[in-house]
Amino acid sequence: VIEAAATRAAVDAVWRIESARLIGGLVRIVRDVGLAEDLAQGALVTAIERWPETGIPDNPGAWLMTTAKNRAIDQLRRRKLDERARGEIEDVPAAVFDLEAAIDDDVGDDLLRLMLVACHPVLSSEARVALTLRLLGGLTIDEIARAFLTPSTTIQQRIVRAKRTLTEARVPFDVPRGEELAQRLSSVLEAIYLIFNEGYAATQGDDWTRPELCEEALRLGRILAQLAAEDPEVHALVALMEIQSSRLRARVGLSGEPILLLDQDRSLWDQLLVHRGLAALARAESLKQPLGPYALQAAIAGCHARARTATETDWQRIVALYDALVEMTQSPVVELNRAVAVSMAFGPAAALELVDALLGEPALASYHLLPSVRGDLLAKLGRLEEARRELERAAKLTKNDRERALLLARARACDAQKPS
Amino acid sequence: MVFVPGNKDSEAGVMPPNDLVAKMTAFNAELVKAGVMLAGDGLTPTSQAKRVRFEGGKRTIIDGPFAESKELVAGYWIWQVKSMDEAVEWLKRAPFDGGVEITLRPVFDPVEFGKHLSPEVRAEGERLRAELERQKKS
Repeated sequence: VIEAAATRAAVDAVWRIESARLIGGLVRIVRDVGLAEDLAQGALVTAIERWPETGIPDNPGAWLMTTAKNRAIDQLRRRKLDERARGEIEDVPAAVFDLEAAIDDDVGDDLLRLMLVACHPVLSSEARVALTLRLLGGLTIDEIARAFLTPSTTIQQRIVRAKRTLTEARVPFDVPRGEELAQRLSSVLEAIYLIFNEGYAATQGDDWTRPELCEEALRLGRILAQLAAEDPEVHALVALMEIQSSRLRARVGLSGEPILLLDQDRSLWDQLLVHRGLAALARAESLKQPLGPYALQAAIAGCHARARTATETDWQRIVALYDALVEMTQSPVVELNRAVAVSMAFGPAAALELVDALLGEPALASYHLLPSVRGDLLAKLGRLEEARRELERAAKLTKNDRERALLLARARACDAQKPS
Repeated sequence: MVFVPGNKDSEAGVMPPNDLVAKMTAFNAELVKAGVMLAGDGLTPTSQAKRVRFEGGKRTIIDGPFAESKELVAGYWIWQVKSMDEAVEWLKRAPFDGGVEITLRPVFDPVEFGKHLSPEVRAEGERLRAELERQKKS
């Protein structure tokens, strides 16, 4: 039993390393994501059955590919035979030969193609995230479900529907070049950053962060940076995620409570990740000026990473970077972040004006960080009663339990500061 | 973290044969392409190393080379993987030979580490950091 469990763990490890390449290669050949995944899963099942007896082969990736390929040929042959039986087609051997020849092409393009298809704009962002984790991360349905606190059946349906959508939309499997590639990549970057953010500040549940999702997103980003090395925004997103990840262990207190950036113990920041992040940022900056949206965010994260203490932060540069980001994205969430930077650079009164201008913004109507930021600014200005009300409102709006507790504690602190 | 031990050649500063270098470069490229490798380096021979010996208040500096080179690290990688099994599966693909044994060791999570410290030690750490912060401000 122990041996079987050990083999199973080794099979899982092989799957984690090989599955994306395997599925990517099969997609190129069979031109159907659903079929490719079925073939790959079939090969996995065979491995789980056979490897405990035969031992793990020396080249497990090639073994899985050969097994999947043979199944594909079998299926194709059977289909052709059916068609021939109905008098529709003649040449079985030629089709099989093409299949054999198609197998040893460029692996890099296979993975890029798979990422572009899994994140195709015809899919909803939820579907892109689930499909990316499934096809490129090699995660099981249950792992994805756990990560997003969603029932397995929901994830299963989401993936089945996504694959059907791809087939019905006849999504092409060519890897585009130039401007079209950049556009398609932006959809991949969005999905990867969604995965990262769900790990970095969980929108739901009782954990403030889920580092394994951050690691998964980073891994996907690092892979993509190798596949699309000329795209500045890919490196910028990797930079942003590396730098933000460097703070993960400083972001949560010993009892699981969130610790905000300026209160963090910077000696806990992972300097290896900071270093990698700044290097990726330099790469992005060298590839394109003016900076794109991810590069601006990475540059802001870089400002924090370079400051050895919170008081050394270059807030004026951060405000300037936010100015550029607001202009580019027109996003009220970004405007809110800029207001926070403005309060640090120029004081809470200037920032409050900016935040008050956002109060009527429909996109922020139920966004808990709006009253949270506003509450902080009011508290700094000594308007404690209004501050408390805002922080309590923010606590009602957040879905994360840890964050709610923190907001309520800050609301209570307003009461404590009030002169009695 | 992966530790590669030294041998006679690494101690003599003899570069590995070209085909091995090529295989190792290809292996490293695979690790980078898979988003697994965070860092990695080869180390110079222990003739360039130094040791500091601690005894009571005394610190003694000892110059290399050191004899027990097989137990010394001559190179390392830092990988980010999901599990020890995944790390083992990657290591199996490395182009080593000749009976060499490569060691894999998980890095301690500093947060987990912090949980094992006594409250006093933790409080002292907090105090030191606050003091540093104060000194930098003034």
